[in-house]
Amino acid sequence: MKAYERVIQLILFLSATIAILGVVLITYFIINEGYPVIEKVGLLKFITGRKWAPTQGIYGIYPMIIGSLAVTSGALILGVPVGIGCAVFLAELVNPRIARIIKSGIDLLAGIPSVIYGLYGLTVIVPFIRKVFNNQGFSVLAGSIVLAIMILPTIINVSESAIRSVPKDYREASLSLGSSHWQSIKNVIVPAARSGIIAGVILGMGRAIGETMAVIMIAGNSPLVPKSILSSVRTLTGNIGIEMGYAGGEHQKALFATGIVLFVFIMLLNLSANLVPKKVGE
Amino acid sequence: MSDINNTSNSVIRIRKNERIAFAFLWTSAIITIIVLIVIVGNVVINGIGHLSLEFLTQEPAEMGKEGGIFSIIITTIYLALFSLVIAAPIGICAAIFLTEYAKEGPVIKLIRFGTESLAGIPSIIFGLFGYVFFVVFLKFRYSILSGGLTLTLMILPTIIRTAEEAIIMVPRSYREGSLALGATKWQTIYKVVLPAAIPGILTGVILGIGRVAGETAAVIYTAGSSLGLPNSVWRPGRTMAVHLYILASEGLSKNNMYATATVLIITVLIINFTANRLIKRLIKA
Repeated sequence: MKAYERVIQLILFLSATIAILGVVLITYFIINEGYPVIEKVGLLKFITGRKWAPTQGIYGIYPMIIGSLAVTSGALILGVPVGIGCAVFLAELVNPRIARIIKSGIDLLAGIPSVIYGLYGLTVIVPFIRKVFNNQGFSVLAGSIVLAIMILPTIINVSESAIRSVPKDYREASLSLGSSHWQSIKNVIVPAARSGIIAGVILGMGRAIGETMAVIMIAGNSPLVPKSILSSVRTLTGNIGIEMGYAGGEHQKALFATGIVLFVFIMLLNLSANLVPKKVGE
Repeated sequence: MSDINNTSNSVIRIRKNERIAFAFLWTSAIITIIVLIVIVGNVVINGIGHLSLEFLTQEPAEMGKEGGIFSIIITTIYLALFSLVIAAPIGICAAIFLTEYAKEGPVIKLIRFGTESLAGIPSIIFGLFGYVFFVVFLKFRYSILSGGLTLTLMILPTIIRTAEEAIIMVPRSYREGSLALGATKWQTIYKVVLPAAIPGILTGVILGIGRVAGETAAVIYTAGSSLGLPNSVWRPGRTMAVHLYILASEGLSKNNMYATATVLIITVLIINFTANRLIKRLIKA
C-alpha cells in the first residue's frame, strides 16, 4: 500500500473516533462539574431531597425526578396507543402509496423544532386547559400532551418498520387458518413485531425525558412534587434550562449534577433499547 | 341448529370487533395528520400576516419587540454553515472508514456504540457540555465558534448514519470495475463510490442543517442570545429558534413572535422536504 493511502486511512480512522471522543468528553466534563455537589450533599439526599432552594444551598431534585417521570408517563399514555395504532394502520390497512404520503407528513412532524411545539402548547393547549379546568393551565397535562405529539414520529417510524419486517408467511398462515384480518394483526403480527415496537417506545421515552424547551414553556416549572395532573411541574431538563441562564458557583454545579442524573436516565434507556432483540424470533 | 347459531353469532362478534379495532386505527392515523396540520397551520395563519420584506431585512429593535430579524437569519445561516463545514467532512470520513475499511470487531463496535450514544444525548446536555468545555474551559466565550462546535457533535451521528447508508447502497460492481482498471482503493472510493453516494450524503447534511436551525437548548448556552450581527466566529449571536423562545417566554411581541415562528417553520419544512425528496430519488435509483 502506498504511503499516502495509509495516511488517508489514518485520517478516516481518526474521523470515526471523534464520536467516541465526543461521548467521553461530554461524560467527563458533565461529571467533573456536577459531581462535587452530589458528593457534598450526598447522592441519596440529592435524589430524594424534596427541597430545591439554591439560595440557601439546599439541593434536592426529587420533585424534578418525579416531574420528569410524570410528564413522560403522561406522554406515553397518550402517545403510545395513537403511535402504534398509526403504525399498524400504515403497515396493514392502507395502500403503500397513501402510506408513503402520510409518512412524509410524519417525517415533517419529526423535523418541527421543539420551540414550535412549545409555542403551540403555550398559545393553544395551556389556555385551553386553563379555560376547561379553571386553573393556571401550565401543568403536567399540558406537558404530557405536547410531549405525546413530539414522540409520535419516533414511535410510528420504528413500530411501522418492525411490523413491516414480520415475514409474510406469518400473516398468510394466520389468514389461511380462518382468522380475520384484525385477529391476525392482534394475535400474530403485532406480537411478532413486539420487540421492535418496544424499542420504538423506549426511544420515544428517551426523547420525552430529554426534551427541554417545549416543556419549560408549558409545564409551569415550580420545583414541587406535582399533586395532580393539573399541577405545575418542573422536569430535570427544565431545572437545568431555567436556571442555567443566571446560576453561578455552586448553584451552577448543582445544575450539572442534575444533568448527571438526566444523563444516567438517558443512557439506561438507550442501553435497554439496544438490549431489546431487533429481529422476529430472536 | 344451535351450533350454526353460535357460529354465526361469533362471526358477527368477530366482524364487530374488527370494525371497532379498525375504527381505532383510522382514528390514530387521522389524529396524527390533524396534529401536524393544526400545529403548522396555527403558526402560519397567525404569522403570515406579519411577514414582510422589511421584517426579513430589518434589524431587530427594542430587544426584538420592534423591527425585523435580519441579523438573526444571518446568525442562523452562519452557525449552520460553520457546523456543517466541520461536521460534514468528519462525518463522511467516518462513514467511509466504517463501510470501506473497518473490519467487524471490537473497534467498530465501540465506534458504533459511540455514535449511537451521541445520537441519544438530549440537547440540553450538549448545551451544558458546550458551555463548560468550549465557553469556559477553552475560553471561546459565548460565540459562533462555541455554538458551532457543540452543534457539530450534535449533528455528527445523523451525517455518519446517512452517509454510511448511501455508501453501502453503491453497487459492488462499481468498485470492482474501478479496481479492475488498476485504481487504488482510495482512488476507487474518491472517484467512483463517493460521487455515486452524493445524494444520500447530502440528505444527512441537509437534515443536519434542519437540526441546527431548530435547535435551542444547545445553542443558547454556547452561542449566546445577544442581538447584533456576529462579524467573526468569536462573536456571540442569536439564532431564529432562540429568538422565538425569548419572544415567547418574555411575551415581548405577539406579532413578531408568530412572524419569527413562521419563518422558522417554513425554513425547516423546506429543508426536510428537500431531504425527503433526495431520499426518495436515492431509493428509486
